[in-house]
Amino acid sequence: MASTSSAIKIPGTTPFDGEQAKKGYALNKMCFSFNTAENRAAFKQDEEAYMKKYSLTEPQAAAIRARNVLQLIAAGGNAYYLAKFAGIFGLDMQDIGAQQTGMTKDQFKAKLVAAGK
Amino acid sequence: MAKLIGGIGTSHIPAIGGAIHKGLQQEPYWKPFFDGYPPVREWLDRTKPDVVVVFYNDHGLNFFLDKMPTFAVGAAAQYNNADEGWGIPTLPPFKGELDLSWHIINTLVEKEFDVVTCQEMLVDHACTLPLKLLWPKGDCPVTVVPVCINTVQFPLPSARRVYAMGKAVGEAIKSWDSSKKVAVVASGGLSHQLDGERAGFINKAFDLQFMDSLLTNPEWATQFSVLELVEKTGTQGIELLMWLAMRAALTVGDGSSVRKVHSNYHIPISNTATGLLALETV
Repeated sequence: MASTSSAIKIPGTTPFDGEQAKKGYALNKMCFSFNTAENRAAFKQDEEAYMKKYSLTEPQAAAIRARNVLQLIAAGGNAYYLAKFAGIFGLDMQDIGAQQTGMTKDQFKAKLVAAGK
Repeated sequence: MAKLIGGIGTSHIPAIGGAIHKGLQQEPYWKPFFDGYPPVREWLDRTKPDVVVVFYNDHGLNFFLDKMPTFAVGAAAQYNNADEGWGIPTLPPFKGELDLSWHIINTLVEKEFDVVTCQEMLVDHACTLPLKLLWPKGDCPVTVVPVCINTVQFPLPSARRVYAMGKAVGEAIKSWDSSKKVAVVASGGLSHQLDGERAGFINKAFDLQFMDSLLTNPEWATQFSVLELVEKTGTQGIELLMWLAMRAALTVGDGSSVRKVHSNYHIPISNTATGLLALETV
């Protein structure tokens, strides 16, 4: 049976549905913990131990190590929680957008500006 | 009975909090965004609402995936902002309006919207930044009832359902036994997508049509499914559901038509097409 969220396929888009929520729970729970400064510091101090504490799957841990947003999404990451992970490294949304679209940050910004013309 | 004076829709990007903190409002990048607000503030100075009901979506501050309500209504005497993880300054607490909170909860459940009630509720930038944009100086002069709509985890409520819920909130406000003046605020959108290879997607034509529809044909966007709206506006553009709830609240009873006080639309702030629309009930 087709689920509602697969009724329309939107290119380059992964709706965060039940399947993703199940797959990504450990990863998203770890990212949710980054709301607290001491947790961010603990992660920075020992990433491997911190990931182990949250029982990340191997693909999730690999995506975290690689700082690769598309891999994090494929591993069940949700944009709102992943943003907290990105925040640890001072990355803004254009950095994230550029990485996912294979552009430089300037190219990505130019694309946004062009959307307003 | 309470008076429902109007509604305001606005975007809520976290970076706005940083810009306010650093005083960048008149920098060339920010000016076209911040310059939208003074006419709306003038209207608020004139009309002086006592209470605002804020439709917003939590971004992983109060709610995690362990418990994810579709609709949640705050019922607290005070709402605290807190660290969201990316360094925007934490704002002072906001005062609640308990009597209206419970009147809205009672009305919604009576009308078969089985909402989650929250006597403790952290409010994130989506709830707090609009208040800071509308009342930038000093303490926030209004009390608040936050109404959170899930846009994190699918299935999300349909546009039609959100519209019906917003209308029921409007009915609750208008039947509230109080002499206070109430405004509704929608925080979200407009078109933007943060995640995936489609990151950076913006749809100006749709946004402008949507903003116009709120004046001329408020139910227009309810024809679309959630995924159709994601396709047209991006994964986070779906936050336009907040605007639908706000507009629906204004359709209730006498004084159910609206006039536009002011609007603004600017691309981009961060990865987002930003919108502002203030409507007064007439």
